[in-house]
Amino acid sequence: MAVEVRIPTILRSYTSDQKAVTAEGTTLAAVIDDLDANHPGIKERLIEQSGLRRFVNVYVNDEDVRFIGGLEAEISDGDQVVVLPAVAGGQG
Amino acid sequence: MLTIDQATYDRIVAHAKRDHPDEACGIVAGPEGSDRAERVVEMVNAAGSPTFYEFDSTELLALYKDMWSRDEEPVVVYHSHTATEAYPSRTDIGLASEPAAHYVLVGTREHGNNEGPVEFRSFRIVDGEVTEEEVSVVPHLLPLTKE
Ligand SMILES: [Zn+2]
Repeated sequence: MAVEVRIPTILRSYTSDQKAVTAEGTTLAAVIDDLDANHPGIKERLIEQSGLRRFVNVYVNDEDVRFIGGLEAEISDGDQVVVLPAVAGGQG
Repeated sequence: MLTIDQATYDRIVAHAKRDHPDEACGIVAGPEGSDRAERVVEMVNAAGSPTFYEFDSTELLALYKDMWSRDEEPVVVYHSHTATEAYPSRTDIGLASEPAAHYVLVGTREHGNNEGPVEFRSFRIVDGEVTEEEVSVVPHLLPLTKE
């Protein structure tokens, strides 16, 4: 169940500057755990207690995972996972 | 220093004025590593707010996929402040995630949708540190030198 995970510039310090890495798992949560096993610390940047961090977007095959089950989103062999930080800002 | 051509500068300013009093946002893409702000992409502010901006998540993915297919990166990330000074807010700084980009802030509080000067400032935001930089507006970017 290997998938490719596209890593944004800001998180490449965890992946030795690799733009994409492979990970395994049948749910997004499992994929992120596997990512963290190989790239310690990255999970913390993606997830907080209540789930996916508000300003981190994760897509599976171009679908924002918020619309397909969040961390429970199902992952199949060969899926494309993309992580992109939100481009956002505001007062305060 | 941010070097930007007049047409790109004008488009960003026009976008900011048009969307006032909401914050306008977008990027200028350029070839990876080139530091050339070549291609303006106006984005919709999904927050539709005078105090907040956010790219729509689906449009964000489409934007990045398009840039990846062209070997581009965001050289400039811009947004406007419509009631406060053109300086990154604490939230702007906390969410800045393109350490190589020039963060451009356009201030429209003085003239709103109308003619008249705006603030146009550029910053580097790396690890929560803000450094303002000079903005040089040139008639045209120099042609790329071929190796
Ligand atoms: Zn702002």
